[in-house]
Amino acid sequence: MTTTTTTTTTPARRRATPGTGGGARRVAALARAELRLLVRNRTALFNALALPPMTVGLFAALGVVGDGAPAAAGAVLLNLLTFMALAFVVYYNLTVAFVARREELVLKRYLVGECSRAEILVGTAVPAVVVALAQTLLGIVAVSVFLTPPAFVNPLLMVVAVLGGAAMLTALAAATSGLSRTVESAQLTTLPLLVVAIPFAGLFGAPGASSGVLDTIGTFTPLRPITDLMLLGAGGIDGDGQVVTFAETFGAAALPAAVLAAWTVVGVLAARRWMRWEPRR
Amino acid sequence: MTSEPIVHVRGARRRYGTFEAVRGVDLDVHRGELVALLGTNGAGKTSFVELVEGLAPASGGTVRVLGHDPYRERRRVVGSLGIMLQSAGFSGDLTVAETARTWAGTLSRPRPVADVLGAVGLEHRADVRVASLSGGEKRRLDLALATLGDPELLFLDEPTTGLDPESRRATWALVQGMLDAGTTVLLTTHYLEEAEQLADRIAIMQAGRVVRTGSVADVVAAEPARVEAVVRNDGGRAVTPALADLPALAGLVGAPDVDRTGRLRLRTTRLQDDLLTLLQWADARRLRLDDLDARAASLEQAFLALDDTAGTPGAQRTTDTEAAA
Repeated sequence: MTTTTTTTTTPARRRATPGTGGGARRVAALARAELRLLVRNRTALFNALALPPMTVGLFAALGVVGDGAPAAAGAVLLNLLTFMALAFVVYYNLTVAFVARREELVLKRYLVGECSRAEILVGTAVPAVVVALAQTLLGIVAVSVFLTPPAFVNPLLMVVAVLGGAAMLTALAAATSGLSRTVESAQLTTLPLLVVAIPFAGLFGAPGASSGVLDTIGTFTPLRPITDLMLLGAGGIDGDGQVVTFAETFGAAALPAAVLAAWTVVGVLAARRWMRWEPRR
Repeated sequence: MTSEPIVHVRGARRRYGTFEAVRGVDLDVHRGELVALLGTNGAGKTSFVELVEGLAPASGGTVRVLGHDPYRERRRVVGSLGIMLQSAGFSGDLTVAETARTWAGTLSRPRPVADVLGAVGLEHRADVRVASLSGGEKRRLDLALATLGDPELLFLDEPTTGLDPESRRATWALVQGMLDAGTTVLLTTHYLEEAEQLADRIAIMQAGRVVRTGSVADVVAAEPARVEAVVRNDGGRAVTPALADLPALAGLVGAPDVDRTGRLRLRTTRLQDDLLTLLQWADARRLRLDDLDARAASLEQAFLALDDTAGTPGAQRTTDTEAAA
């Protein structure tokens, strides 16, 4: 039965082993496609580009933000913008994107190819993270031009806030997508994190006034470290509302950074547990 | 080196809970050949192929692809594989060319996108959004992506389902071209004609096992040929010959059968001898054999005969409509 003559020697055929160096190239290819899809999806594009600045504009107009020291107002508004970008562009939009790619069987296709699972997740997330970064940069320009500019005491902490927050929310979005059967149901499954965590995120004013048990609990909620790190980095404002020096910001950043890292680990574990790569049959 | 098969499977098993979909499959695929895996729905074809593709671990037995375990050592082999799944999707908002370029960006040695789209006849659709493609065009785009990485081993799972006859032939020509260039192919199909056209060897799966392997000719040779005719007397009236009246046939399988319209049907392993006997018999009795139809067994017949003998209790007995078509 297996007597087929297969002695035809194929000219030493290029055996390809996907090198680890190809990872960046693969991620870039997926990211480009995802960016195109973002640009072509009006709802997602609106969420990404218009929603965060509009939210900030609304709250600024209502005058509910940053009552008190005018120097803090810039930092608080900047944080609000970054926060909205992370929450809506990274967390919400990405959850929807993961569900959509799964349901249209695109994740399944990527999996049979050379990409690792991590590369697929990162490639899909890159455009959202880039948008969040861009919003932050635009926000920095805006508050510097229109308001009393914050001191930008420790820009490194702002970078940690944006990139760390993006990493945590990407992992949480992957996990949430696994709990969402359809793109529409992602509107519901993303609510718990947003609704529960936003009130604790300390968005609407410099800390200090609200200190208490709730505030202590709030310190450990997932979205709070983004605010804490942003306010520290942009305004040098610590958890008690005190303005600290560049050197002191590092000590003050330890707890929020640890909370952020811990939630990122939780997100990764949750993604491993819940994320699905194919529709349920 | 070439003596080592590209795909080497011994005793492969795959279990879903208490159900065992793959129950000890042996299969070798050698370099440059096309092996077609046939079987009814639920025979375990896709479950088995996923083991070879490295998408799932075997619960027993050995699976080696290009000398490696395709699941545990997937990174070592995946760059040499091209996989066309039965169902994998596209983002509808990307164009054909964007989809192909994205995929090319993930491959270690992509061929030029334009060449591959041309080969599947989609070059004129390159700037069309995938959502606007017909089912057949999407299937061809699937094939384009599977072949874009210039694979050593190509998996095709029902590659022509949903294609019109012309596209199907074009696909066959494309696959034939890749075979000529040295690609090895493991094809899963419902269409027996497709297997007859392309396969060097076929393997028929039934209830999780490979029950026949060999060339199409080998598999078919085991099946008896068929002779059919309507017997008429010299007045032109159909007569129903008494079975005892028929000549002794050397290769007769089972009893001849005469249906209500007087159509005589018999099966024989010695077509030429028995046909001659039958013609001489008719001639001597001045009978005419109208609509005389004598033919060697087809793959379809072999396939259906196999399904009839499916003895395993609970085995799926339904024949695919495509297989019967």
